Amino acid sequence: MLYFIYDKTFEGLLTCVFDAFFRKEFPQRIVGENVQLPLFSESFRVITDDTKSERVLNALRKKISKSALQMLFVTYLSELEGIEIVLFRYIQKALTSETCIEMNFADADVLELSKVYKKVTREEENIRQFVRFQKTADGMFFAVMEPVHNVLPLTAKFFKTRYADQQWIIYDIRRKYGLFYDLNTVETVHFERLDISPETGKLSPEKLDEYELAFQNMWKDYLKAVTIHQRRNLKLQKQHLPVRFWKYLTEKQS
Amino acid sequence: MNPRIFDKLKTLAEAAKFDVSCASSGTTRENLGKGLGSTSGWGICHSFTEDGRCVSLLKIMLTNHCIYDCAYCANRRSNDIPRSTFSVSELVELTIEFYRRNYIEGLFLSSGIVRNADYTMERMVRVAKDLRLVQRYNGYIHLKSIPGASRELITEAGLYADRLSCNIEMPSEESLKLIAPDKNFQSIYRPMHYIQQGFLQGAEEKKKYRHAPRFAPAGQSTQMIIGATPDDDRKILTLADSLYQRPAMKRVYYSGYIPINTYDTRLPALTAPPMVRENRLYQADWLMRFYQFKVDEIVDTAYPNLDLEIDPKLAWALRHPEAFPVNINTADYEMILRVPGIGVKSAQLIVSSRRYGRLTSENLKKIGVVIKRAKFFITCNELPGLTVQETGPEYIRKALTAPKKKKTDDRQLVIDFNE
Repeated sequence: MLYFIYDKTFEGLLTCVFDAFFRKEFPQRIVGENVQLPLFSESFRVITDDTKSERVLNALRKKISKSALQMLFVTYLSELEGIEIVLFRYIQKALTSETCIEMNFADADVLELSKVYKKVTREEENIRQFVRFQKTADGMFFAVMEPVHNVLPLTAKFFKTRYADQQWIIYDIRRKYGLFYDLNTVETVHFERLDISPETGKLSPEKLDEYELAFQNMWKDYLKAVTIHQRRNLKLQKQHLPVRFWKYLTEKQS
Repeated sequence: MNPRIFDKLKTLAEAAKFDVSCASSGTTRENLGKGLGSTSGWGICHSFTEDGRCVSLLKIMLTNHCIYDCAYCANRRSNDIPRSTFSVSELVELTIEFYRRNYIEGLFLSSGIVRNADYTMERMVRVAKDLRLVQRYNGYIHLKSIPGASRELITEAGLYADRLSCNIEMPSEESLKLIAPDKNFQSIYRPMHYIQQGFLQGAEEKKKYRHAPRFAPAGQSTQMIIGATPDDDRKILTLADSLYQRPAMKRVYYSGYIPINTYDTRLPALTAPPMVRENRLYQADWLMRFYQFKVDEIVDTAYPNLDLEIDPKLAWALRHPEAFPVNINTADYEMILRVPGIGVKSAQLIVSSRRYGRLTSENLKKIGVVIKRAKFFITCNELPGLTVQETGPEYIRKALTAPKKKKTDDRQLVIDFNE
């Protein structure tokens, strides 16, 4: 069984494709560094090379549409285990097939990627839905999230246009980086130390704007007030508002 | 900040909660300058209450004082409840601050009627105007138009709001007159008509001038109460269908009647809201809007009410076994849509995938077709199983509505004591 080892970047994955075609050796699995390989397996270490990945990208552009290319990148952000080899096989099929394979959902890899794409874009939507900003004393709007997939980069444009006149930070606690908008551009930031409550993701009260807690309470009151008790359906609520998001949701904190 | 705002928010949110609509979709409003907010295609739900309904917009009333005495309404004149009123600036501040924290997608403003329709409408329009012009706010605004409001105010409302709505409340005029004596169909249809005219006129001008102001770009919606009067589903769906024929009408909402004013003898005494019927009506509504069904295919004089046990699509299929089985690999898209267990997305995937090769039931399963239902109505690239032609519709109805059996472990010895 042949393993390719790469550096967990998208360019690295494209380089894998280039090297495989160049060596005429196609891997069964593609894994990151520091992964324990099974006994009796061959491995090949792929060195990420921008010219190689660019060539693969150019070849792909001739074979598949822009939206399919975007889909490859989005599914890559899923960070799911084993997604690399599915992407690899998809690219391999796209490059070698005479016809366009994009719409052939009877093909296992095409269908698998379309499902993963749905998962990732769903998570991206969840971020847009469930981010709760807290206004700090210096007028910054701050929020923390723990998305399953690495979707923060996909949401940058959305939040930038929506909150164009306020400074904001959305921080991914799991991956330890965040997006910071300074009224002009969105940049990634990394904090060594984060002064938040680990249970709720909230900043300590002295760092908040004087009316922040009032608005948080108003939001909680509002949600209680609009509930129709005759139609109580907690199962449905959980279905739409998965429990894994409750931790940082203002309305779910007492 | 005024400390009384907490009480006002609670009272007025409670007063507004029975409005069903919460959609923030159907329009795009880009934030071009450095303003606040944006609106895009699908709409976003920001939270969900314990009843499982989404919270997308800040659904609130400007005031819950009302001069009307509608039997179904919590805010009717004769109810003894706390009343309060927001000032325009309070409501604008609340909307903006909630919006900045990503709590909401926009504002859904409704109101009880004070003095007269125009006075109330004017105050509501002022909130929307302040948000758009003073706060440079580009989020979603849904304004309820008050029955009997004048054309001028509706026209102005349309300039600031994304969606306008006017609730028809009851499926027939007799029911409306009985239950809401201050309202009649004319006072509801007239604002609806103004909205429609404004919408069409706006679209016409947009064609000529690129920067012509848009009029309620997300169209209008309406709502009716189900189960408070003896009207049958045929009446409800026929009315909904005729409303959908109007160009600006985007959604008709059905609201299962919730007994609030139990002392009013004009209303039926229900123990729980008719949730299943409401659900079936929405399914029928979807069939009309997305599945190319005609209203008389769903309900007719022989079947004036929807079957509560099975969904209306399956009910149609069981009434028309002659149309099945459908060959997945050759049938038209329209016919594939009619197969129970295949939705719009699956149907589209089937049509695009079958160009590459013949589809098997294994493929269908992976695409997302509910094989358990669909198997009786399709043939694909395999030997056909039992279809509706062999089993007859009654068998399928039984098979699909049978209660789930409890799993027993057959490795375990069961001693039968003949009890």
